[in-house]
Amino acid sequence: MKILVPCKRVSDPDNANKVKVSADGTSVNTEGLEWKPNPFDDWAVETALRLNENAATNEKLGEIAVATFGPAEAVQQLRQFLAMGADRGVLVEATDEQLDSWIIARGLEAVAKAEESELIVMGKQSADGESSAVGPMVAELLGWPCSTGVMSIDVESDGKLLIRREADGGVITQRITLPAVLTVTDRVVTPTAIKNGVTPADHKYPESDSGRYASLKGIMQAKKKPIDQKGLDALGIDTAMTSSYGEFATPPARTGNTDFVESVEELVQKLHTDAKVL
Amino acid sequence: MTDVLVVAELSNGEARKSTLAAIAFAKVVADGGAFDILVIGEGAAGAASGLAGWGARKLLRAEIEGGYLAENYAATVAEVAKGGGYQVVTAGATYYGKDLFPRVAAKLSAGIASDIIAVEVDGDTRKYRRSMYAGNLLGTITLNTDIHVVTVRQSEFEAGDAPGGESPAEDVEIAVDETAERIEFVSLDAVESERPDLAEAQVVIAGGRGLKSAENFENILEPLVDTLGAALGASRAACDAGYVASDLQIGQTGKVVAPNLYIAVGISGAIQHLAGMKSSKTIVAINKDKEAPIAQVADYFLVADLFEAVPALTAEIKKLG
Ligand SMILES: Cc1cc2nc3c(=O)[nH]c(=O)nc-3n(C[C@H](O)[C@H](O)[C@H](O)COP(=O)(O)OP(=O)(O)OC[C@H]3O[C@@H](n4cnc5c(N)ncnc54)[C@H](O)[C@@H]3O)c2cc1C
Ligand SMILES: Nc1ncnc2c1ncn2[C@@H]1O[C@H](COP(=O)(O)O)[C@@H](O)[C@H]1O
Repeated sequence: MKILVPCKRVSDPDNANKVKVSADGTSVNTEGLEWKPNPFDDWAVETALRLNENAATNEKLGEIAVATFGPAEAVQQLRQFLAMGADRGVLVEATDEQLDSWIIARGLEAVAKAEESELIVMGKQSADGESSAVGPMVAELLGWPCSTGVMSIDVESDGKLLIRREADGGVITQRITLPAVLTVTDRVVTPTAIKNGVTPADHKYPESDSGRYASLKGIMQAKKKPIDQKGLDALGIDTAMTSSYGEFATPPARTGNTDFVESVEELVQKLHTDAKVL
Repeated sequence: MTDVLVVAELSNGEARKSTLAAIAFAKVVADGGAFDILVIGEGAAGAASGLAGWGARKLLRAEIEGGYLAENYAATVAEVAKGGGYQVVTAGATYYGKDLFPRVAAKLSAGIASDIIAVEVDGDTRKYRRSMYAGNLLGTITLNTDIHVVTVRQSEFEAGDAPGGESPAEDVEIAVDETAERIEFVSLDAVESERPDLAEAQVVIAGGRGLKSAENFENILEPLVDTLGAALGASRAACDAGYVASDLQIGQTGKVVAPNLYIAVGISGAIQHLAGMKSSKTIVAINKDKEAPIAQVADYFLVADLFEAVPALTAEIKKLG
C-alpha cells in the first residue's frame, strides 16, 4: 500500500511548560527547547510501518512517504522518520507564519495526489497547536472518508479497514474503504492494535509509549533516502491563510501554594471548612 | 450582530450537554444577533423538542438514520450554514465536534478555531482564545473568512438555566455526500455508567498507575467516587494498562475537565495530564511521592500510601454525612 504520513516538528512536548511568549506578546518563544517530532505523528509512522510489513519475516509490503511543512531545519525530524523505516520524504518549505490548518490541508491534498497515496495516516492532533483539524480537512478536500482518534485497525480480506475509534461515551467501530484518511491516538501502538492480515494474527509488538526506535542501520540508510524539498509555491495552491494568531499569553498561575497535609482527618477537615468542597 | 448556527450533538435521541456549551457561546458571540440550532441525527425531532426552551430563533431538524458518521452529516451542516446566512457555525469540542467540524470547514472553505475557551467580540471582529502547548500558552486566533467554524471547550462555557419559551421547529433538506458510501458505521460500544459524565461532574476522582490494577480501581477508588457522587477519570497510564475504559482518560489526548473538586490518586502529574485538569477549582493529590509534579497544581497534597489513605478518606467523608 502507498501510505502518506504528514508529520510536524514541535518544540519539546514534555517541556511545554517552558515555552514563553515574546516580549511584545505576538509570538511564541521556544528558545532553549529542542525540536522533536510531534508524538502523535510518531505513532502515525509506527502505524504505517505496521500496516506495511510482515513483522514475522521483516518483509516490506508497500511504500511510506513522510511529508512535512516547515522550515528547512525540519529535515531533521523527517530523517528521524526515515530512520524508523519510512521510504521517502517530502519537505515543503514554509515558515510557521505562512501556515494554518487550511493551507496544510490544501498542500497535503496536492502531495497525496502527486504521490498517488492510497492511505493517509496522521496524528489526531499536533502537540503544540492542538487543533485536530488537518485530518478531516484534507479528507474532505480529497473526497475521502476519514476516521479520527483511531485506536485499532484490522485489514480485512477485501482490503477494507475495520477501525475502532474514540467517541464520546464509548468506542465507535467503523468500516472504511480506501483511499482514506486516518488520524491516530496513542492506543494504536499497543501490542495488538494493528492486524494487517499478513503479519501473523497472534503477533505482539513490544509494549511502548512511542513508535519503534531507529536502529543504527536505519539511521545510516536514512541518510541515503530521497527527500523531495520544495517551496510552498511549487504546489500550485492558493496560499491565502484563513486564520492567524495575533496574541499569546501565559495562563494565570494557580494561586496559593500546595498545602501538604499530614493525615486523612486533616485533609477532610480542610476540604470541609476551608475549601468548602465537601 | 452575528447570526450563529449551533449544531447539536445527539446521543440516544437527546442532545448531549456539549450542545448547551455551544449555545452559551452562541449567545455571547451573537452580540444581539440570533442563533438557530441544527438538530441533526437519529431522533432529531425528539431531541429538538428537548431544546425548544433554550432561546433559539428556530430549530432546524435533520433526521438522519443510522449511527453518526461525519461523512453523512457534513454536507447538510454546510448547506444549512451557507443557506441561512450565518457568520458563525459552532458545536462542542467533543470527539464529535472535532471529527465533524474540520470537514464542515473544508466544505465551506472557512477558517476554523478549535476547542476555544473564550471569545472577545469587538464590533465586527471576533477573537477566539485557545489553549495550546498542553495548556501552557493561550493563543488568540482570528479568522478571516465570511463564515467562522468554531468548536468550544465544554468546561469553559456555562449555559445556566433555560430561559423557557418555545422555539419554532422546521425540517431541513438532507444533503447527500457520496463519500459516505465508503464508510460504514458498525457499532457504538457505549460505556454504561450510573455515574455522572466526566465533562459535567462537580467532583472528579481520577486514578493513575499507582492503583496497579482494575480490581484496585474497583475496590479502593470506586467506593470513594460513589460516596461523593463523583465522576471517575484516569491517567493515560491507567487507561493503557486496561485498568479502566479508555474514554475516561483525562489530559491532552483525552478529556478536559474543570470540576469544583479534582482528586488525583496515584497520578504523577505529567504535563499532558495537567493539560486536562489544571483549571479545576480545588485540586487534591494523594501520592506517596512528595516530589511528584502534580504538586505544581495541587492545593492539598496528602503524602501517603493510597491503599491506606483512600479507604480511610472514604470512611471519614461518610462521617460528615
Ligand atoms: C503526546 C502525549 C500525550 C499524552 N496524553 C496524556 C493524557 O491525555 N493523559 C494522561 O494522563 N497522560 C498522557 N500522556 C502520558 C503522560 O506523559 C504520563 O505518562 C502519564 O500521565 C502517567 O500516568 P500516571 O501518572 O498514572 O503514571 P506514573 O507517572 O507512573 O505515576 C504513578 C504515580 O503513582 C504514585 N504511586 C504509586 N504507588 C502509590 C501508592 N501505593 N500510593 C500513593 N501513590 C502511589 C507514584 O508516586 C507516581 O507519582 C501523554 C503522553 C504523550 C507523549
Ligand atoms: N506543518 C505540518 N506539516 C505536516 N503535517 C502537519 C503539519 N501540521 C499538522 N500536520 C498534520 O496534521 C495532524 C493534526 O494536526 P493539527 O490539526 O494541527 O492538530 C498532525 O498530527 C500532522 O499529521
